[in-house]
Amino acid sequence: MIKGYISRITGPVVEAKGMRGTRMYDVVRVGEKGLIGEVIRLEEDMAVIQVYEDTSGLTVGEVIVSTESPLMVELGPGLLTSIFDGVQRPLPEIWHDFGPFVTRGVTVAPLSRSKKWHFKPAVKQGDLVRGGDIVGTVQETGSIEHRILVPPLITGQVEKIKEGEFTVEDTVAVLSDGTEIKLMQQWPVREPRPFKAKLDPEVPLLTGQRVFDTFFPVPKGGTAIIPGGFGTGKTVTEQTLAKWADADVIIYVGCGERGNEMTEVLTEFPELVDPKTNTPLMDRTILIANTSNMPVAAREASIYTGITLAEYYRDMGYDVAMMADSTSRWGEALREVSGRLEEMPGEEGYPAYLATKLAHFYERAGRVVCLGSEDRVGSVSVIGAVSPPGGDFSEPMTQNSLRIAGAFWALDTSLAHRRHFPAISWIKSYSLYQKRIEDWYSDKISPEFKELRKKAMFILQKETELQEIVQLVGPDALPESERAVLEVARMLKEDYLQQFAFHEVDSYCSLEKQYRMLKVILTFYDAAMEALRRGVTLSQIFSLPFKAEIARMKEIPLKEAEENLKNLAERITQEITALEVL
Amino acid sequence: MERKISLLERDYRTINYVSGPLLFVENVHGVSFGEMVEIISHDGDKRRGQVLESSENYAVIQVFEGTEGIDVAKTKIRFKDEVAKIDVSPDMLGRIFSGRGIPIDGGPALLPELRLELTGSPINPFARARPEDFIQTGISAIDGLNTLVRGQKLPIFSGAGLPANELVAQIIRQAQVRGGEEFAIVFAAMGITHREASFFRREFELTGALERVIFFLNLADDPTIERILTPRCALTAAEYLAFNYDMHVLVILSDMTNYCEALREISTAREEVPGRRGYPGYMYTDLATIYERAGRIKGKKGSITQLVILTMPDDDITHPIPDLTGYITEGQIVLSRHLHRRGVYPPIDVLPSLSRLMNLGIGPGKTREDHRNWADQLYASYAQGRDLRRLVSIIGEEALTDIDRKYLKFADDFEEIFVGQGDENRTIEKTLEIGWELLSVLPRDELKRIKREYIEKYCPKEE
Repeated sequence: MIKGYISRITGPVVEAKGMRGTRMYDVVRVGEKGLIGEVIRLEEDMAVIQVYEDTSGLTVGEVIVSTESPLMVELGPGLLTSIFDGVQRPLPEIWHDFGPFVTRGVTVAPLSRSKKWHFKPAVKQGDLVRGGDIVGTVQETGSIEHRILVPPLITGQVEKIKEGEFTVEDTVAVLSDGTEIKLMQQWPVREPRPFKAKLDPEVPLLTGQRVFDTFFPVPKGGTAIIPGGFGTGKTVTEQTLAKWADADVIIYVGCGERGNEMTEVLTEFPELVDPKTNTPLMDRTILIANTSNMPVAAREASIYTGITLAEYYRDMGYDVAMMADSTSRWGEALREVSGRLEEMPGEEGYPAYLATKLAHFYERAGRVVCLGSEDRVGSVSVIGAVSPPGGDFSEPMTQNSLRIAGAFWALDTSLAHRRHFPAISWIKSYSLYQKRIEDWYSDKISPEFKELRKKAMFILQKETELQEIVQLVGPDALPESERAVLEVARMLKEDYLQQFAFHEVDSYCSLEKQYRMLKVILTFYDAAMEALRRGVTLSQIFSLPFKAEIARMKEIPLKEAEENLKNLAERITQEITALEVL
Repeated sequence: MERKISLLERDYRTINYVSGPLLFVENVHGVSFGEMVEIISHDGDKRRGQVLESSENYAVIQVFEGTEGIDVAKTKIRFKDEVAKIDVSPDMLGRIFSGRGIPIDGGPALLPELRLELTGSPINPFARARPEDFIQTGISAIDGLNTLVRGQKLPIFSGAGLPANELVAQIIRQAQVRGGEEFAIVFAAMGITHREASFFRREFELTGALERVIFFLNLADDPTIERILTPRCALTAAEYLAFNYDMHVLVILSDMTNYCEALREISTAREEVPGRRGYPGYMYTDLATIYERAGRIKGKKGSITQLVILTMPDDDITHPIPDLTGYITEGQIVLSRHLHRRGVYPPIDVLPSLSRLMNLGIGPGKTREDHRNWADQLYASYAQGRDLRRLVSIIGEEALTDIDRKYLKFADDFEEIFVGQGDENRTIEKTLEIGWELLSVLPRDELKRIKREYIEKYCPKEE
């Protein structure tokens, strides 16, 4: 056993002597209270440790014991519907055992040791299995079947396997070399879980949000970042995505954010129903909550804990989406620890290795062929919020994230101030995946989808230019056709891009309905342009009731949308074409 | 290495180095991180400090009263073997304490019921209850558009010379929850002037609230570094009243800008790598340990609501202090110099203002069914009017359409009548009514954010 003593304490960083033999990133227990810490630097027999709990009251000379193992997470049935802190301690159990405040040094097993799960074997005695193969399944929640995997690097013949009720620690299968396979396995959080091959993303991660699905899609296995100043709606957007994204499993990491927001997720999710499976949304969700006032080092770990859980479900062949709110708080945790280590600072005090760390994290996303004999495909998509100080996107976290992430969803303060939500700027945002997944839209929705999107984007861009002229000369000076562009751009902004996250109908908009809505607006545009060319005036066109009808499109329930909107588009063409030149 | 185990206080005379508010003490043993110390100068004058860093042979101490007059040879350092704590008791209500929790009103000594650590522990997010009780402040711009709920933390972003104090005083005077329970008030003054402090005192006196208030005063001429403890004293007392005595506590922190300055002073003295504008990189975390101590807990009756005043240096909302605060608190009320100059009181600029918990506190059963739609519409229409104002300043009003003129008029009336209510105490119904009246001048077709049925039901008909 490696046992040393504390020689220096400065905030969350503690130095220990007598630690010869310990390894980098090994977990240690600090002091009489047994606070959890992690070795982040070694110098002869001295180890520098970041402590995941508040260090006040810790005394020089107190004992430090190394667990001689890196920071691990437990992987097994019972993860879904759970809520953990940054180092996978289950918060409900802590509340139950220790009261409403998170006291220091508490240890509770992440997965319940007493709960029994019904295990159904998927292989039989004599079968050859290797790392990643499914030996059996457990129905973890109403919507998710938990596939029990052979841990990576293990190969062997099944000697014993049986159906029955087991706890996570029970052995469900034994291989010929004596290896026991349990319902639960462990994995170090800082090490990506292995896979066979990485694939290119092809299928969009549908979110039910028009601005994302239509204009800036992210695929399953892709990465997106949402930077925005405070009050621009990062958290609401992340929560909306966690609710409606069509992934199988959602990992929501509240990293250094508000406690009351986690409470909202916790009270709201169990009441919401997944439109795909008709089971509570909570059934597919794991929450990791390390609020801003919880220890800073555990905040650093929470991101890794989250992505490791995501990879585990990916390895079962699921599409997993991880929301990290906010990665900036994680970067700040790195900065704080780096500062205490007296490392030479890079830009704005952030450590020089910030870009490397970010890249490592985002590259753990992706669509992969999983380990195992059958070629299962799974994916991890990562959507990271970024909180740039002062809303200034030139700061290091935003810039470094931008270089890695495939989609950039820029939140705009001025849109937020006028309550245009989601406040995603259609001018600044982009998705590098658009070309790659365009074919999917053509195949599944409509061959003209691509064109519609292009045209809508063109109108929005055009509007920005026209607005500059309007600022100088007023709208009356513009020709009628350009005023029509302004009007259609307004429809796109108000009646299409704006989507109220808490509306009973509009909070989720199927891609089919998105297509129909877009089609209606652009039909109006085409018809109006055509009529103007014939000499019809704008006021004639606006005297028809379509402006109001278009504005109410959002409220049409999904079931009636196709029929209703098809009909509306037809009427628009007919009636505008029928207008006579005065 | 054997550890010195002692419950007794230990004295040292081994100061090696003094710099700014910091002392470096050599050859110390068994010093805890965050331990309190007493600094006793040769003439017996006592000051208090706290350990910022401890190691095998030295400790770094921040001195709350400053290091003036401290010498290296004769000054004695006494380690108290205890982290920062405060005595608490329900008798604290109606009393005045110093910035680190010592009674200074000349009253009888406090008989403590408990002695609690100032740092507190984070509330388990799972143990939090959702804040959802609407607080009626009687101020339209808040109740209508940025609704405050019990358990929320809402800062007021003010500028030098803007009436933030008057606004807070008015909120305290008028705030009530449906059901009528009264708030206990914990007031933490950090570096505000004597004039400001006595303003609040007078206000409380006038409304007869004084016996429900605990004051923690660190005034402008009090020791700067002590300010680090003041909000923590206040919140420890508040948690105690809320969660041990089921009280609804309203905590007023004024002014957080001074607190952050003190934080920066210590950080600079320690020669830490500075973050933006010289503020320490951990300021976000530090502020979070203050602001996050608001909320409700499942199974407990009491609650802590925070109203925070901070002064934006040069009215700059991107300055690190308002910026980091905005990232932690649940919204913000922003005061506008422009409105103030035009004589609008309270000069609340509703566009950048926000209450994140608004949706939890409004709607049927709490305020009224149309509240959400109504607020969205007011926002959108006012934003439109503001845009047009800018346009008018360039191209003149003649170029506007009729509708645009209506929007301009709407924006003006909105500021004059809706926001600029003066000292009036408005019920939420009155606020909604005024909003509807303003909206009724716009054509019905423009009210896109509101459900048709609500327009039918609530919008006054045009004559």
